[in-house]
Amino acid sequence: MLNWGNFVSQLFNGVVLGALLALIASGLTIIYGTLGVLNLAHGAMFMLGGYAGWLAYSYTGSFLVAVIAGSAFVLLVGVIIERVIIRSFYGRPHEDQLLVTFGIGIVMVEAARFFFGSLSKTVPPPSGLVGIVDLGFMMYPTYRLALLAIVAVALIVLYVILYRTRLGMIVRAGIEDSGMVDALGINVHKVFMLVFGIGAMAAGFAGIVNAPVVSVSPDVGEAILVQTFVVVVIGGVGSFPGAVLGGLIAGEIISITSMFNPGYAYVMLFAAMTLVLVLRPYGLLGVAGRE
Amino acid sequence: MITKRPFVLEAVTAVALCAAPFVLPHLGFAPATINRILVWGLFGLGFDILFGVTGLLSFGQSAFFGTGGMFAAYLMTEAGFPHVVTAIILGMLVAALVGWLVGLVALRRTGIYFAMITVAISEVFYFVEFNPLSDFTGGENGLPGVPAPAFHLGSMALDFKSDFKMYWFLAFWYFVGLVLALRIVRSPVGLILSSIRDNPLRALAVGHDVNKYKLTAFVVAAAYAGFAGGLLGVMQGFMPPDAFMFETSGQLVMQTAIGGPGTLFGPLVGATIWLFLQDFLQGVLHLGATWKLTLGIIFVALVVFLRHGVIGGFKDLYVLASGGRQLHEAPESDPNASIGEAPPAVSTAHIADRAAYDDSKPIIEARQISKRYGGLMANSNIDFRVARGELRGVIGPNGAGKSTFFKMLTCEVQPTAGQIFFNGEDITGHTVTDACQSGLTKSYQVNQLFTRLTVRENVIISALAKLRGPFRLDMLRNVESVPGLAQRVNNTMALVRLTERANAPVSELAYGEKRRLEIGLALASGPQLLLLDEPLAGMSPRERVETVALLKSLREGRTMIVIDHDMDAIFDLAERITVLSEGKVLVEGTPEEIKNDPVVQEAYLGGVHE
Repeated sequence: MLNWGNFVSQLFNGVVLGALLALIASGLTIIYGTLGVLNLAHGAMFMLGGYAGWLAYSYTGSFLVAVIAGSAFVLLVGVIIERVIIRSFYGRPHEDQLLVTFGIGIVMVEAARFFFGSLSKTVPPPSGLVGIVDLGFMMYPTYRLALLAIVAVALIVLYVILYRTRLGMIVRAGIEDSGMVDALGINVHKVFMLVFGIGAMAAGFAGIVNAPVVSVSPDVGEAILVQTFVVVVIGGVGSFPGAVLGGLIAGEIISITSMFNPGYAYVMLFAAMTLVLVLRPYGLLGVAGRE
Repeated sequence: MITKRPFVLEAVTAVALCAAPFVLPHLGFAPATINRILVWGLFGLGFDILFGVTGLLSFGQSAFFGTGGMFAAYLMTEAGFPHVVTAIILGMLVAALVGWLVGLVALRRTGIYFAMITVAISEVFYFVEFNPLSDFTGGENGLPGVPAPAFHLGSMALDFKSDFKMYWFLAFWYFVGLVLALRIVRSPVGLILSSIRDNPLRALAVGHDVNKYKLTAFVVAAAYAGFAGGLLGVMQGFMPPDAFMFETSGQLVMQTAIGGPGTLFGPLVGATIWLFLQDFLQGVLHLGATWKLTLGIIFVALVVFLRHGVIGGFKDLYVLASGGRQLHEAPESDPNASIGEAPPAVSTAHIADRAAYDDSKPIIEARQISKRYGGLMANSNIDFRVARGELRGVIGPNGAGKSTFFKMLTCEVQPTAGQIFFNGEDITGHTVTDACQSGLTKSYQVNQLFTRLTVRENVIISALAKLRGPFRLDMLRNVESVPGLAQRVNNTMALVRLTERANAPVSELAYGEKRRLEIGLALASGPQLLLLDEPLAGMSPRERVETVALLKSLREGRTMIVIDHDMDAIFDLAERITVLSEGKVLVEGTPEEIKNDPVVQEAYLGGVHE
């Protein structure tokens, strides 16, 4: 039977998941918008962030160190992958880019399985954020509430980078017309490298901060990748506000459907995506020509 | 490539299939592995038509593999349906039907959107199998007890219970699947699918209903997947739920990429390599779970270094070894022979399909058409009429709105206001495909060719739209047997003087030849009204003279409108000239009137000074 307390807490869960998806989808969408590469290894970056954070945590015991070290590690991995492999794929067809990033994703997942095994790893929340908090109208896990704040801050930072810095201006210009940015004499190679790194880091960061909620396993990125794709299709490729809106919609759909029957969560998600494709083929906040 | 030498590929495959179970075990293949290779190879035949031929990279094939397999397995186990082959075929039909429904959604978008949507589809089906439908599919347990096929031929009973016997059952179906796939690739539909991979916009513009053809490829791929899924259950005696997993789609994609997409044999070769290495790494090297990491690294290396898979690599090696590309050298033409001469006398009357129209009425008429892009009026309130049989020139300074105007006439962009009539019929709001089918087409300012195909294939694709209409499912007919095709194609190639280059790939043509092919593509669709957007752009003086002669020779039975900046050519060609400036019609008149019009002189030269 529908229980109001349960419903409200699921609504909250939806917002938390939605914010997380928004952050991951923003990373994916700025990489695609700027570089023209759809990164199928994005889910693996999420997974990698979780493991890097777990590793850092198990050595230092500090959640803060885990978050910082994990993010920096994923940034580094992103930069290296861009330099070594992705760079030679800008001139190649979309299909080749999809194939190579898909392969990279598999290699990362299997490497994680090789080094850490298939059993999942847990990172406890920082000591001040354990337990539940009474919000007056409901009881809610403290860390989840904190997670919402952490992810919101990350989204705001990303917004500031995108809309208030020179790099962000180049990225936004690149999403509209990357050829023109190139022609204006901006060193796109350096920008591309940074964007790929930052995009990957967004996923990696999400992977770490989510680790206290969902434990880390090699396959944790696959489901996230699929949900991220739905977010991007709903919100529109290349749109930061679209990623946020799409993320919240997807998060709520998953949470609310799961309350009745988790088995239908993906069906509902897919139905929503279909509806958007029929009514607004370029996504809710997308623009024609960004594909 | 595949179109030549009929039956050679089929015969070689038949021999190889017969030899494989005797040869491969000596190379270290387990009998069960050989059988799995066939299932993956058959699964991949359909996928290769979708990905390799049509260029649509789907990560959702597991949905149809699983659907077909589960449906067939359910019929044979829970429902007690006794006929194995019939059950598999029914499973295939269900998979095709599901593929059609899913394709309607997935194909609304192209490129990366398509890839993302198919990934989502794959995941949705997996969850549906596990939860809502677990009563039918067994959830995570799958469906055990799928029977092996058995036939009774009179008193003789044939069963396929051992791996070796099962091989013949699978090999038979692989062969049937291959023969059908080859026919599809060699059919008009197959050629149109590869034109969609190369240049979907031009495929639309020459008059093919691209979306329906894409959906066809999607359904064909789903049907192959469904059939292969049915075979999987029969082969293992058990329908596993992991057929639905995203990993299954991924493995298919990787096997096809490793083998070489677009060859039909790529998935089989890729599956052979993949499954052999899997056994080898696990069984011989005892790598355990690391086999997948190793295969992943191999796959990334292959995609980075070998662009067209193993088969493509061997092809490149062969070309390298056989002395490179002497095959398609341009014929040495006498530099003096053809200057200024008319092209060979070829009757063009068959190309323009004339019907009884009232010659006194304009063939095309635009009434007050305007096009607004945001704050910019590209065209405003243009009135334009061209009489049947006329050759009209359209000139104007850069940015006058000439190309936008042409795009509206061919229905590539819709006017913001106003109406367009072709043969008296209102075609405002029609698609570019409809416009081409009704006899109105354009040659592009920037070449829009099917670059990976040959000259002849390019012309065929355009001619097919005229001969077969926007959409037809003649998937099993050889493209060369379409009535009237050879004549139309040969005449078109002769007209644009590319007969000797018929089998050269477009990528090897000189610029002038590409420009002529661009006009040839427009001609092959048999337009009554041909629009030419800067046909002389970028040509050498000699090529210009030739092309002007070519355009004059095309006039018979046809109306033409030409945009160009070459005033001498336009004044020479056109009977009447329309001058556009700043999105409006400045004047219209005979070449003489235009030459002497002070308004035109001012628009072009910024005023006439004494």
